[in-house]
Amino acid sequence: MIRQPQIENIKEDGGKGRYGEFGGQYVPETLMHALLELEKGFDEAIHDTSFLKEYREILHDYSGRPTPVTYCERLSQRIGGAQIYLKREDLNHTGAHKINNAVGQALLARRMGKKRMIAETGAGQHGVATATVAAYFGMPCKVFMGVVDVERQALNVFRMRLLGAEVVPVSSGNGTLKDAINEALRYWAANVEDTAYIDGSVVGPHPYPMIVRDFQRIIGDEARAQMIEKTGKLPDAACACVGGGSNAMGLFTAFLNDPVALYGAEAGGKGTDTPEHAATLTKGRPGVIHGAMTYLLQDQNGQIIEPYSISAGLDYPGIGPEHAHLAKSGRACYEAVTDQEAIDALMTLSEKEGILPALESAHGLALAMKKAKTMQTDQSILVCLSGRGDKDVNTILHVLDEAKTDQGGRK
Amino acid sequence: MMNRMSNYMNKKQDMMFIPFITAGDPSEDATVELAFMLQSVGACALELGIPYSDPLADGPVIQRASKRALSKGMSLLGALQLVKKIRLRGVKIPVIIFTYCNLLLQLGEETFFREAKENEIDGLLVPDLPFEESRGLAERCINHGISLISLVAPTTSEQRMGKIGASAQGFLYCVSSLGVTGVRKKFHPDVFPFLERVRAACELPIAVGFGISSNEQVDELRGHADGFIVGSAIVSQIERRADRLQKSESLSPAVEEIREYLLNTLLGKHKVGKNHERTAQQAETLSTGKTG
Repeated sequence: MIRQPQIENIKEDGGKGRYGEFGGQYVPETLMHALLELEKGFDEAIHDTSFLKEYREILHDYSGRPTPVTYCERLSQRIGGAQIYLKREDLNHTGAHKINNAVGQALLARRMGKKRMIAETGAGQHGVATATVAAYFGMPCKVFMGVVDVERQALNVFRMRLLGAEVVPVSSGNGTLKDAINEALRYWAANVEDTAYIDGSVVGPHPYPMIVRDFQRIIGDEARAQMIEKTGKLPDAACACVGGGSNAMGLFTAFLNDPVALYGAEAGGKGTDTPEHAATLTKGRPGVIHGAMTYLLQDQNGQIIEPYSISAGLDYPGIGPEHAHLAKSGRACYEAVTDQEAIDALMTLSEKEGILPALESAHGLALAMKKAKTMQTDQSILVCLSGRGDKDVNTILHVLDEAKTDQGGRK
Repeated sequence: MMNRMSNYMNKKQDMMFIPFITAGDPSEDATVELAFMLQSVGACALELGIPYSDPLADGPVIQRASKRALSKGMSLLGALQLVKKIRLRGVKIPVIIFTYCNLLLQLGEETFFREAKENEIDGLLVPDLPFEESRGLAERCINHGISLISLVAPTTSEQRMGKIGASAQGFLYCVSSLGVTGVRKKFHPDVFPFLERVRAACELPIAVGFGISSNEQVDELRGHADGFIVGSAIVSQIERRADRLQKSESLSPAVEEIREYLLNTLLGKHKVGKNHERTAQQAETLSTGKTG
C-alpha cells in the first residue's frame, strides 16, 4: 500500500527536494516551470484517494500485484547462514519492477492533461514499461535510447516498436543511457506544454526522485507485510541492486525506520580496481548529474565518465540522491559486486530454485548471499528480485562460451 | 571601482551584440583570434563556453563544439587562463564564463574567483543553476565583483520573474524559445509579450538568445530588447572551418571569412559601424579610467 509521501528537507537557501545535501533542481530555466507544475500535480494526486485507488487497481488487474515473497529453502541451505527470501518483482507484467512507476507516472500525466509521453531507456526495460502503459492508456510515446544500446538491446527495441512506441536513437555524446537522458530532457524542454517525461529511476531533478520512490515503495510496503505474515517478524536485512536505484529505494523506504540492515549492490563490473565499473558510491565523488546533486563517476575536471557493467540496467554514472544521502548518513550500506559474482549468483539461483533472475537483480542477490553467510540461521534477509533474466540469456550464453574458450586455451 | 560590465552593457546601446564561442574550439589560438575578431565587429561582451561532457541546455552544434574542445584537453581552469591571452591580444570587452554547474563545483569556487580576478573575468553564467539553487553563489559573486547572469524563459512565472529580475546582475538573458540552443528561422509570436513582461520585471538591459542567426531577426527584436546573443550560428561557421582554424597558416584567413559572414548575414553594415565606434570609444574611456 502506498503511504503519504514524506515532506522533504528544505535546504536553507530554499532549494527543494533535498536529501541531506543531495538532490535539488540543477536544470535549465526552461525546465523549471514543468518541474514546478509536476510537483504540484503529484502533490495533489498523491493526496487523492481515487487516484491511489486507480493506481492500485491497475497494478492489481494489469500487472498482477501483489507480487509474492518466495522463501528460498535450497539456496539458504547451500549458503548456510540467514534464510533468504525474494520479493518477486520479476513476476510483474513486462517482467520487472519498472511497470509500477510507469503506471503511476502515466496516470499522473493523464490527470495533468498531458497528451504525449517520452522516456529514456538504457537496457530497454523502462522503455518497454513506458511503451506498455502508453499503449494501455492510448497515448503516443517516444523512447530515447543511445545508439549503442539500440544495437545491444535489439530485442527490447523491437518490443517497444511492437507496442507502438517510437524509439529515437541518440547519437550525441557516447550514445548510451546518460546521453539518452540528456536528449529526453532536451526534447522535454522544447515540448513541455503537452508532453510528460516519464523518468525511469530515482534520479534527475526534484520532484522525480520523490515521485519514482513513492510509486516504487509498493515493493517494500507489500514485502514488509508479507515477511511479518510469513515469519512473524521483520527481516533482519533487506538487499537490492542499485543503478539509479529505483527498486532499492522502493524496497528500502518501507524499512527506513525499522531495525533492518539495508544493503545496496552497485555494479563492480570487471572490478573497482579497473576503470570498467559503475560503482558510483564506491568510486565516485559528489557533483551534479542530470539535475541532481549526488555521487557520480567523473574525471578530475568534472567531466562525466562512461560507466561499465555487464548489466545494462546498472550501467549509469550517477545514483539517486536519496541513496547518496543514505550512504553518507550510514543508514544503508553499498558494496560493489562484480560481473562474475553476479553471473555466479544467477546460475546458483537458477539451479537451486528454478528462478532465472535478471543480471541487475543477480547483483543484489550476490551481495545478499555474501551477507547471509555472515548471519545466523535464525535470521532472514529479504532480496528484491527486480526482474527476470530472459532478456539476458544471450549475454549469459556469450559469457559462458568465453569462459569455456578461456579454459580450453589454458589447457 | 570601474565596472567593465555596465560600461559596455547598458540600455543606451542599440542592440548589443553578445557572441558565444566555446573555449578551445578548435584550438586555444583560434579562440583568441576569434574573440578579437568578435570585438572588432562590435561585440559588447563575449560569452566563453566551457566544454562539458553532458551539455543539457545545448543543441547539437554546441555539443559538437564541446567535443572538439574536450578532445584538445580544454577545462574550466584552462579556459579561465586562456582569457589572459585573450586580454593580451587586445580584447577589452567583458568576458562572461558560461559553464555547467558540475565543472564549477569540481574546480571549487575559491579557485574560480581567484582565477577570475587574475584573468579579468567579468561575468558567470551557469545554465543548469536556476534561481532557487543559485542564491549562495549569487551572493559570493557580488562579493567578488562578478556578475552572475540569470536567465528567464517564456514559461517563467510572474512570481519567479519578479524575483529573478530584482536580483539579476549585468544583464538579463531571455531565452527566446523553449528547448535548447540552436538556430531557428523565426521567433514565436509569443516572444514579444514575453519580452514586455521581462522589461517590467527588470531594470537591467535585457538580451535575447537561442536561435538567432540573421539580421532580420535582430531588426525584429529592436525596440523589444537591448541586445542579442548568438552562439550556434557562429559556432557552425567555426565548425565548417575547424581544420583551417587549427593551422597557423590558415587561421587568419579563416577568421576573416567568419568576420565577413557575420557582417553580411548577422550584423548588417548600418549598425555595426556605430556599435564598433562606440565600443572603441568606450574601450578608450575604460583604459583612461584605468590609468587614472
